Amino acid sequence: MPKNKIEVKNVTLVFGKNRERALKMLDEGKSIQEIREKTGTAVGVNNVSLEIEEGEMFVIVGLSGSGKSSLIRCMNMLNVPTRGELLIDGENICEYDKKQLRALRRHKVSMVFQHFGLLSHRTVLKNVEYGLEVQGMADDERRQKALAAIEMVGLKGWESYFPRQLSGGMKQRVGLARALTNEPELLLMDEPFSALDPLIRRDMQTELLSIEDYMDKTIVFITHDMNEAFRLGDRVALLKDGELVQVGKPGEFFENPANDYVRSFIEDVDKSRILRVKTVMRQPVVQAVDKDYVTDVVRRLKENERDFCYVTNDKKELLGYVELETLMDVNQGDVSSFIVKEFESITRNSFLAETYSKLDESNYDVAVVDNKNCLRGVINHEDVVSALSG
Amino acid sequence: MIGFPESLRFEISEPIDQCVNWLLINLEGLFDAISRTILSIFNAVEWVLNILPWWVVIIALFYAGWKLYNLKTGIVLSVMLFCIGLFGLWDLMIYTLVIVIISVMVSLVLGLPVGILMAKSNLAKQIILPILDAMQTMPSFVYLIPAVMFFGFGKVPAVFATTTYAIPPLIRLTYLGIANVNREVIEAGKSFGSTSAQMLFKIEFPQALSAIMTGINQTTMMAMAMVVISSMIGAEGIGEQVLISIRRLEVGQGFQAGLAIVFLAIVLDRVLQGAAVRLKETE
Repeated sequence: MPKNKIEVKNVTLVFGKNRERALKMLDEGKSIQEIREKTGTAVGVNNVSLEIEEGEMFVIVGLSGSGKSSLIRCMNMLNVPTRGELLIDGENICEYDKKQLRALRRHKVSMVFQHFGLLSHRTVLKNVEYGLEVQGMADDERRQKALAAIEMVGLKGWESYFPRQLSGGMKQRVGLARALTNEPELLLMDEPFSALDPLIRRDMQTELLSIEDYMDKTIVFITHDMNEAFRLGDRVALLKDGELVQVGKPGEFFENPANDYVRSFIEDVDKSRILRVKTVMRQPVVQAVDKDYVTDVVRRLKENERDFCYVTNDKKELLGYVELETLMDVNQGDVSSFIVKEFESITRNSFLAETYSKLDESNYDVAVVDNKNCLRGVINHEDVVSALSG
Repeated sequence: MIGFPESLRFEISEPIDQCVNWLLINLEGLFDAISRTILSIFNAVEWVLNILPWWVVIIALFYAGWKLYNLKTGIVLSVMLFCIGLFGLWDLMIYTLVIVIISVMVSLVLGLPVGILMAKSNLAKQIILPILDAMQTMPSFVYLIPAVMFFGFGKVPAVFATTTYAIPPLIRLTYLGIANVNREVIEAGKSFGSTSAQMLFKIEFPQALSAIMTGINQTTMMAMAMVVISSMIGAEGIGEQVLISIRRLEVGQGFQAGLAIVFLAIVLDRVLQGAAVRLKETE
């Protein structure tokens, strides 16, 4: 069971004067419009609780003014919650002193901004180095790390350019590289692609998915675009007027929308192009490692009424599958010599629309793998049909 | 119309006089020290400018104009400076220039920290902004009086009066430059765990640099204007030439000296602006 990276507990964020009065009015159940008129105080986030698991891509979606940017800024204390707790790895960061907060920001959490937030007086390289520079890392070391990050986001050769010489998409790549250089465990992305034109946005989404797949970081991603949210998110939270409306896997929004607001939000979404395999896939019922004994695997297959299972090595890399029929005749040794290596697999970040050709209607489980060819789950025709029809 | 009642009187001129007198008596040592410091800086800067042969200055200016703008600007600027020499005002111009340079230096030393303080502290901003407004509205002659009282006649009071008159735009633009740094850029700096000092020197100050350069330019131009008026309290230089011409009603002399001041102002303005633009491009 993956553990929680972030726990947002009853966080309320109020801007401006009269905070106490605004909080009181919230408790009395007054609407935030009413509070704004009476006290001149803006309620950014209203009593939101969330749990974000380690390694997941968590998307917070909502219209402008829904409090999503205010909420994400609580996660590195750019906004200090007026009330409530925010736990990262079990520690309440609201209680951090200046030094602890600096350490958190330097090593654990980094952020990507909607309008890039690049330092216009510094070159691409110097921008990317910034996070390491403030840590006091030696010149050579930080240069190496920065160059590696620049290469990863595909900007090799642009190191000595200034931000104003780059296009929007390239600027955001710099922003992303800068956020990745200090190897954070948690990446906060505040509408990173909203300022980009649609084609570039699609490219960046794909790129982000491949980077995420590769690095396995926890990412909190903000967007106002439902399509983007469902394309990217392992789980999605929908905010409205500072309150949480619904949270769950993209499929769950379609299966049981919490209310009419959610229904209207997802109305025009083509699910097959938005739902990703990893949000629909299941864990395999039976799974073997190449060193498992044949007898053991046979027993497990029989118990679960399966006639085949996928086999990985101890690093979870997918090797192939073994069939019950083949193993029945053997009584000793491990399964490694019986692995069938011709098989279809699907990458976990592909969209359901892309899987049709690989899934026939016979309903056998197809392996789902990540970039490193590790087995992440299985999916069959029925899973896809039920996800799309739900 | 009925006159304002004679009995309703409360003048602030007397307390101010008393205050100044008290300062004069009790802080004599301080004023002496300031005076001596400014004089020694003055002599150093003047010495440097005087050992430069006139043609080196003109060639350097030509080169600067050429590199910062184009060949034509280089020629025009150096011809202007050459004309000042032709008018027989070269030595006086150097003198004027020294007062301007020192006033700008003092303005930088005092103005940058004040501007930064205003950007950081709301209280400081609320106190200093109206003072700046008042300073910029106050007739420039008024600054001559305390200058004379504290420092007597000569170059030191001239530097004092010039600095007081010229410093507001630098403070204001430093404050605006730092206060107006893009919000996301500030957030980005914070989100990577910068300390306050790192924020200031690695982000805010460099981002505000072009505004600050504009401030330096405006301060220099105001110093040029004030240095002429300072001739009334014994500052030598081209301004003194204008003053003499007024007294003797010599139209030609006066116009010539006035033109020299205009030329010097244009030269300073162009060079500083060019440098500011260049700085903005490379940074």
